[in-house]
Amino acid sequence: MIDTLDRAIIEATQAGLPLVAEPYEAVAESVGCSAGEVMSRMQRMLEQGIIRRIGAVPNHYVLGFRGNGMSVWDVPDKKIAHYGRLIGELDFVSHAYHRPRHLPHWPYNLFAMVHGRDREEVMEKVEQIARLLGKDNRGHQVLFSTRILKKTGLRLGASR
Amino acid sequence: MATVAPVLKHYARKPSMAQPRLSELEKRLLNAWQKGFPLTPTPYADIARKLGTNEALVLSILEKLQEQGYISRVGPVFTPRKVGVSTLAAMAVPEDELEAVASLVSSYEEVNHNYEREHHFNLWFVVTAEDEAKLQQVLEEMEKRTGYPVMDLPLEQQYHIDLGFPLWC
Repeated sequence: MIDTLDRAIIEATQAGLPLVAEPYEAVAESVGCSAGEVMSRMQRMLEQGIIRRIGAVPNHYVLGFRGNGMSVWDVPDKKIAHYGRLIGELDFVSHAYHRPRHLPHWPYNLFAMVHGRDREEVMEKVEQIARLLGKDNRGHQVLFSTRILKKTGLRLGASR
Repeated sequence: MATVAPVLKHYARKPSMAQPRLSELEKRLLNAWQKGFPLTPTPYADIARKLGTNEALVLSILEKLQEQGYISRVGPVFTPRKVGVSTLAAMAVPEDELEAVASLVSSYEEVNHNYEREHHFNLWFVVTAEDEAKLQQVLEEMEKRTGYPVMDLPLEQQYHIDLGFPLWC
């Protein structure tokens, strides 16, 4: 799906684009192609979904969004696609995922990252999700992060 | 809660971070440009034009936001699954060993996010590798080195693509 040059572009941009007038030209120089080639390949990767978005990547915690809560839900497997889409559409949810249960310790199959300025705001939003699920909410928890121990962009070169 | 204190204290050392004081232009820039960054020869100049300002100011604002940690970077956000494989992993580690286990986990280049969370499963991290075999090898090695099981929670379905969200309404 991606070739050597795509890979080189990913490696050159995953830590961010340079803050210079012509950033793609700078990337092009480092990977050995033209700026036009970098832009068209990035456009293609965007269309293919390899790149999710291009832009400023905010650090929500520093910006005052201290209430980052990972809510986890036990919902019937048959309805997970329906609820996943509904919850994913809520504007305070940044990610919604179906992940496997690990019984007996971990009965939760639906994950939704809920953002708010503080815990109270997150808990209010979690209640909204609970109301939306109604009886199909067979149990949920909110896991607040107490420390960010590591946060970097994707590192493609890691295992090379 | 007691476990929250160290984080707040840590950020409190930089007073500017406690309550972000951003100008209207900075807020507009952050709200509008979490996605759709121009794939054009001079993207910062194009953003400046849309915001009714100049390239130099856009560049200096982004530099400042990055320096102060409000943004981690400006650039592409890759979908982990499309380049290699990844999983969300969790461990339940006794409080007095958490520090050591967490730094061991973070030391892996394959780990790009590692969070302490308030739960019996108190360590949550994302592992990315080139293929499934390599991924499992990393998880097994972590179990061996730490002595604690790793709960592997790979993505089965994603319902929402993160396209940023409004920071200020």
